[in-house]
Amino acid sequence: MTKIQTGLRINGADHRLEADPRTTLLDALRHHLHLTGSKKGCDHGQCGACTVLVNGRRINACLALACMHDGDEITTIEGIGSDESRSALQEAFLACDGFQCGYCTPGQICSATAMLREAADGWPSHVSPDLNGPVTLNAREIAERMSGNICRCSAYSGIVDAIGQVAKGGVK
Amino acid sequence: MNKHLKMDERQSDVLADMAQGTVGRELARSEGPLKVSGRAVYAAESGDGTEAVGVLVRATIANGRVASIDAGDALALEGVLRVITDSRMVRRPAQGTANGAPAQDTSQVDHFGQPVALVVADTFEQARHAAHLLDIRYGVETADIDPETAREVETPEGKRLEQGAFDTAMDDAAASIDAIYTTPSQSAAPMEPHAALARWDGDRLTLHGAYQMLKYNRNELADALGIHPDNVRIVSRYVGGGFGSKLGIGPEAVAAAIAARAIGRPVRVVMSRAQVFEMTSRRSETWQRVRLAADRDGRLTAIGHDARVSNLPGEAFSEPVQIATHFLYGGASRHYETRIARLNRTCAGSMRAPGEAVGMLALENAMDELAHHLGLDPVELRLRNIPERHPENGKPFSSRGLADCLTTGADLFGWNRRNTRPGAKREGEWLVGLGMASAARSNILSEAQARVRLNTDGTATVETDMTDIGTGTYSILGQVAGEMLGLAPEDVTVELGDTAFPPGSGSGGSWGAGSVGSAVFLACQDLRAALAARLGCDPGEMTLKDGVATVSNRQTRLSDLVDEAMEATGHIEPGDTKQEMQQAAFGAHFAEVAVNSVTGETRVRRMLGVFAAGRILNLKTARSQCFGGMIFGIGAALTENLVHDPRDGHVVNRDLAEYHIPVNLDVPRLDVAFLEERDPWANPIQTKGIGELGISGAGAAVTNAIFNATGIRVRDYPVTLDKLLPGLPG
Amino acid sequence: MKPFDYERAVSSNAAARAALASGAHFIAGGTNLLDLMKLEVLRPDKLIDISRLPLRQVERTGDGGLRIGAMVTNSDLAADPRVRRHYPVLSRALLAGASGQLRNKATTAGNLLQRTRCPYFQDTAMPCNKREPGSGCHALDGFNRNHAILGTSESCIATHPSDMAVAMMALDASVEIQSAAGKTRTVALDEFYALPGDTPHVETTLDSGDLVTAVLLPPPLAARQVYRKVRDRASYAFALVSVAAVISMNEGVLDHVAVSFGGLAPKPWRDRKVEALLSGKPPSGALFQEAADRLLAEARGYGGNDFKIALAHRTLRAVLRQATGLTQ
Repeated sequence: MTKIQTGLRINGADHRLEADPRTTLLDALRHHLHLTGSKKGCDHGQCGACTVLVNGRRINACLALACMHDGDEITTIEGIGSDESRSALQEAFLACDGFQCGYCTPGQICSATAMLREAADGWPSHVSPDLNGPVTLNAREIAERMSGNICRCSAYSGIVDAIGQVAKGGVK
Repeated sequence: MNKHLKMDERQSDVLADMAQGTVGRELARSEGPLKVSGRAVYAAESGDGTEAVGVLVRATIANGRVASIDAGDALALEGVLRVITDSRMVRRPAQGTANGAPAQDTSQVDHFGQPVALVVADTFEQARHAAHLLDIRYGVETADIDPETAREVETPEGKRLEQGAFDTAMDDAAASIDAIYTTPSQSAAPMEPHAALARWDGDRLTLHGAYQMLKYNRNELADALGIHPDNVRIVSRYVGGGFGSKLGIGPEAVAAAIAARAIGRPVRVVMSRAQVFEMTSRRSETWQRVRLAADRDGRLTAIGHDARVSNLPGEAFSEPVQIATHFLYGGASRHYETRIARLNRTCAGSMRAPGEAVGMLALENAMDELAHHLGLDPVELRLRNIPERHPENGKPFSSRGLADCLTTGADLFGWNRRNTRPGAKREGEWLVGLGMASAARSNILSEAQARVRLNTDGTATVETDMTDIGTGTYSILGQVAGEMLGLAPEDVTVELGDTAFPPGSGSGGSWGAGSVGSAVFLACQDLRAALAARLGCDPGEMTLKDGVATVSNRQTRLSDLVDEAMEATGHIEPGDTKQEMQQAAFGAHFAEVAVNSVTGETRVRRMLGVFAAGRILNLKTARSQCFGGMIFGIGAALTENLVHDPRDGHVVNRDLAEYHIPVNLDVPRLDVAFLEERDPWANPIQTKGIGELGISGAGAAVTNAIFNATGIRVRDYPVTLDKLLPGLPG
Repeated sequence: MKPFDYERAVSSNAAARAALASGAHFIAGGTNLLDLMKLEVLRPDKLIDISRLPLRQVERTGDGGLRIGAMVTNSDLAADPRVRRHYPVLSRALLAGASGQLRNKATTAGNLLQRTRCPYFQDTAMPCNKREPGSGCHALDGFNRNHAILGTSESCIATHPSDMAVAMMALDASVEIQSAAGKTRTVALDEFYALPGDTPHVETTLDSGDLVTAVLLPPPLAARQVYRKVRDRASYAFALVSVAAVISMNEGVLDHVAVSFGGLAPKPWRDRKVEALLSGKPPSGALFQEAADRLLAEARGYGGNDFKIALAHRTLRAVLRQATGLTQ
């Protein structure tokens, strides 16, 4: 079987991947590039644990072939913040206990990072009363926009609080 | 050094005399920085990239034997190393605390979807495809997949109890309820799929796995493989949720170990999400008949709780649905009977609060029905029926804040604003109602050990094979040690999840904090005694705070006092207080729901849980545990239903798109309040379990609120919109 | 997932030609295709990556309508200011579907072409006439709570899962298709989908090598637009029933009436007789009752999905009330 060469720019660094074309972006990250922060919860786009940013937008890395992302800019949880400098969302998740087992957490934080951008761009959501109005990130808006990230420990209260704080500029 | 305590008597509250003030605080999780940055390493991620990948293959019959497996096509594929069938492979997970191998030999098929082989290849992509190419032939036998028609239904003697004159009490009652409730199979569905990575070093096996109870898991794995437990090390530093489904060793671990040995290379086996639904334990569906008899004032004269649950032939576990019914309410006459249908369905086992989680749905619905029938406030009905002692064995309660939880909760929630007439409150299309339920969950102490080391730099290290499955164990063990040794949280390192450490209790049964926390406490007591000896005083005369020991006016830094690391192991065991006292944590749930009068969709608008669970070690993680339980309750009430195909019993909705666990928008604002409580009979740190308390009764509060909103009583869980539609106004 | 050859298309023409090869399959967002390939439900020999074709524009058409490129993502389409303002039913439907992550990847054409969520279709151990013609339909006597009540056959009772397509149906959208020979044609969305009959594996009227290049919307109407989705979870769940309505009123009577349905049928469902019945009449509870009766006159439940008849009836009436401003 012929392997495919793919160039990925991940967290600001260039990576060359030579892999089976069947390799998903998620498996490439986890098992070829050893960036295991992105998690596999369902492998079918039904949980959000694998959420990463591709060219600034959140996607499910499990439903993406790595070879289709040649040249793309990818941000994973490892690129969102480090131990030395955590992002505001990471700090807020810590402060609000927006996680328990931690397995869905990288996906939640990547998702929230991109979601704040979507809201800033004025994208409406299913629960927005007015499609054309300004976006107010109240608890209900946050919950709807984060519903693609399932948390079985059910840290939803903390997740909504954490994102709400950052949306208001309340944390660091 | 070693300090051992058997819980034979009431314990004084030593922690209350400590000075550090770290226990009980609302501290962020100590391992949190690793988790929010993606650096906490879970089982499947612990390889170095050299490991081969195994994919389990499922049976496609409900009952029978594997006659043959033709692996030719699979083995012909590039990268495929081996197709493994081995009589040691296990066909279902071990039950919690089993301590021995579960059913072995995967050529025997007990249910559709059980593992029958493992395909091993260089890469995941190769193994996954090859797993679809096995040509498996079966000898098919008749299967039982429907509990209504099962050929074998047992009624074990130990699962029957009759007290007083039950039938007479029912006949003579001023008011009675006799209702049947059903709950479906459910799946724990933790976010991390079950995973194992096996590596052999000579005869020694190291298995990184996603498990809850390592000291048992080691014996289970060793037993399955036929090797000595000393040759097995299991590592589970981070576990992505368990909720019971990772209590026992599973097919992935045994298969990975066998495969790694066979090919002489580490092997990683991770279940697909579909396999998590099919191959890990489910919560049994239940059929429950609840009978209540009361006098005119609502005082219970009789309680009956009968059940039919199911499991595979030969499995000892049966969902103990009456567990809370036994002690929650009074009533002189009592009747219990459990039947167990033997079915060819995925193995039933413990899922978060086995017993209470579904048993209290029925009991607390029945109480609501009785209150309505009597025209009595549901809170008041419960208050009137709190028994002085255990109504069946007369044991006193070790501590019980039920009444306070009920009244405090009613206050905080604004319960007095509830419309007593169902269906009376309407907001546009929405019918709005309030509901409540009691919460109760037995408290258990489990044998546990932990080692605490006081380092020369004045910091401490805690070591035990205890796991943290999201419960907050890393944090609370550090807090207990910090409190006892006078250290700030950051000066205590907690190492968990490795059988190389002393055996803890494992995570399950809500016993982790009380059991391992007590082991840490005991070890620290020993260290305190040793420190006091060095200072030439009694431990009671010594104050430890912020790394400094103070005796009278003399202050000594711990780092100056400890010239060589000091180590102690604490060991706790259950004793007489288990037999003598009825121990349980209690609480009360309140919910407001809105039901759409057009579509029947139910949305929970707010929910409050008030709990009395002994000492709370960390307010933040404890609250999160309760939120989690309450949300499990919302799922059980409204959406969760593991559907078995009516013809072969296979799990039809074996994915997260169709097995509906609550998403963020399903969950409203939640509030949790803890009542101040200590339980001196439970353990020396005076805690009670909370991991399962939050789910116990939670779903019933939601469905009772649906009744209050609509006047419709659905007794068949979950309460999906199709069940409400026929009763809604046109 | 079976091994496949991967090829990135450089042009629409090249893509369409490459797709003529046996076992070839287009891939764009991949959110549905990869899902099904992992399950071995779909086993293409060759993937033609069309995700980078220049089909990402949403443009005004000469007649004042909108041309939506096939590769426009669901997110971009839902957020497009022209769609939000003039075709709000489409934005609403898109936002009611899937999750933020999936909408960022899923494309317009891929959404139209997504496959059913029938669990028996998705499980290769089960018979399914759609996946394996002639093997039987296991949903008929199985778990069919999510299945169709209209347009079914004894071969298949699966539903089409899209929200977007339901809204597009009510907007009288059409599909622009380029053939392998390089010819472009336009097909009304209603004609784009095929009912199962004896051939449930044939879901559209596309030919081999056909490439969907765009969806065309007619000029916007001054009409009330409503999308209502009923589902088990509050979010991230497929529709049990959904209704899209585009309705204008003129002097107290319903004028333009377009109503389409999701979750009820093997394709986004639209019943012109229902619309004809409504058009030209003043809104009333009795009229809406009659319309709902008409819609569901031939509906058939299969046990688990019987409730959908009542649910569709109630939801349609509520949507009509909302769209016409009729208070109950």
